[in-house]
Amino acid sequence: MASGGVILRIAIRPAAATPETMREAVRNAIGEATVKKGRVQLDLPPIVENGNSVPCTVSVESPMTAADHVKAIHIFNEKNPQPNVISIKLNPRAGRAAFSTRIRLADSQTVTAIAEMSDGSCWSDDIDVIVTLAACIEEVKP
Amino acid sequence: MILLRATAAWAAEIPLDQRRPDSDFVSADSRAMQNDDTGNPAMLVLLDGEALWNTKAGAANKSCADCHGDAEKSMKGVAARYPAYASALGRPVDLEQQINLSRTTDQKAPPFAFESKELLALTVYIARQSRGMPVAVKDDAKAKPFIAAGRALFEQRQGQLNLSCAQCHDDNWGKTLAGNLIPQAMPTGYPIYRLEWQAVGSLQRRLRNCMSGMRAETYEFGAPELVDLEYYLMWRARGMAMEAPAVRP
Amino acid sequence: MARALIHVPPSAKRGDVIEIKTLISHVMETGYRIGVTGAPIPRDIIDDFVCTYNGEEVFRAKLYPAIAANPFISFFTVATESGTLAFSWTDQHGATQVQTAAITVV
Repeated sequence: MASGGVILRIAIRPAAATPETMREAVRNAIGEATVKKGRVQLDLPPIVENGNSVPCTVSVESPMTAADHVKAIHIFNEKNPQPNVISIKLNPRAGRAAFSTRIRLADSQTVTAIAEMSDGSCWSDDIDVIVTLAACIEEVKP
Repeated sequence: MILLRATAAWAAEIPLDQRRPDSDFVSADSRAMQNDDTGNPAMLVLLDGEALWNTKAGAANKSCADCHGDAEKSMKGVAARYPAYASALGRPVDLEQQINLSRTTDQKAPPFAFESKELLALTVYIARQSRGMPVAVKDDAKAKPFIAAGRALFEQRQGQLNLSCAQCHDDNWGKTLAGNLIPQAMPTGYPIYRLEWQAVGSLQRRLRNCMSGMRAETYEFGAPELVDLEYYLMWRARGMAMEAPAVRP
Repeated sequence: MARALIHVPPSAKRGDVIEIKTLISHVMETGYRIGVTGAPIPRDIIDDFVCTYNGEEVFRAKLYPAIAANPFISFFTVATESGTLAFSWTDQHGATQVQTAAITVV
């Protein structure tokens, strides 16, 4: 997007999240547990309408009983300034291990959801999304 | 960067039966957000508008409700008729300007700034009362010159990109521009919650965004050119259902 | 007090899994945006959200700057008994706002 005399408010990203900072954020959340793909479904639009607000749903297969339930769900990204998006805590009172929210995505990237189960196992899903800039935005006058 | 024909052809108006609301060109998620009274962030602003409607103000110490009663009754269909000719000014005003006219004339209170929290809140609250009703701006003899002036602006090439509104919104609606579909620019949903702003804003704010998108100098808020353009756009959308407050990317 | 909207079904059958939707007005300033002066606009976010059902925690979320402005969170809970659901949002400065909704469980 050329600026052509108009001052645009550009979010200058400091050291953005990298695969390493994301791995570190995952370790902070779930420790050294191995993460297996499956049981988790992450829903995100593959082409994002606007990166400022992206509808996001995670659902996890689980009976949500005292003996077998999802304890936590974490969402991570790899290109925003920070790797964490949201972390939720659940217990059997939830009935269903699913939630929706709206997230910000700074760039085209892979978004990952990890669920921690009551038996200590961890499961994940990830989606690649494309994020573009909006065509008509405002000029910012100093 | 889209490539458009550089010829000087007249913009062909969209045939009335081919007009579609701008909601048709946003994602299903945004449509769902718009129609969910708990999920649409503009509804938070509406709550503020409702509170303001009932708050006494100005030297007259009157609230909107003191004269207009229950907005759900008295404001039904009002937003669908704006812009409208204001005899006091000898030209049309949009809904925001009308709210300020009432504030200054009847409440004897200072006008709200354009895009202020208060003005947006009241505009959202009033516009919501027209949801589902057909756009019904007047196009009588008094209105016609302003609608024509608005149409001329709509069809005029402008800015460093030398684009007219018509080239996108009459000639290329439905095609892709960056990550979005180009709508027909039917302003039935204003004020909107725009994801790009992460806030509620007026039609004038959006028009200024289009103009800076074309790399043109934007008119100031409240400029007669913007009101003329709003009037033309609403006339172009005549008969279509109001859907304020809408959600747009 | 920020404006908030909550949707809880007013009534439900015992044992039903019900969906709850919440929306609160908040700018969720990331701390990464540069203002007109050239300096970053300081971070200002809600970072904690909790739902309790008759006093017992049924949902908790830790929010980061990557959550969009005007945070929307929807989740599920089992309709166990009539009573009150309490929703509290806490920002990074520690300020908390609580809103409640009643539910009748038959």
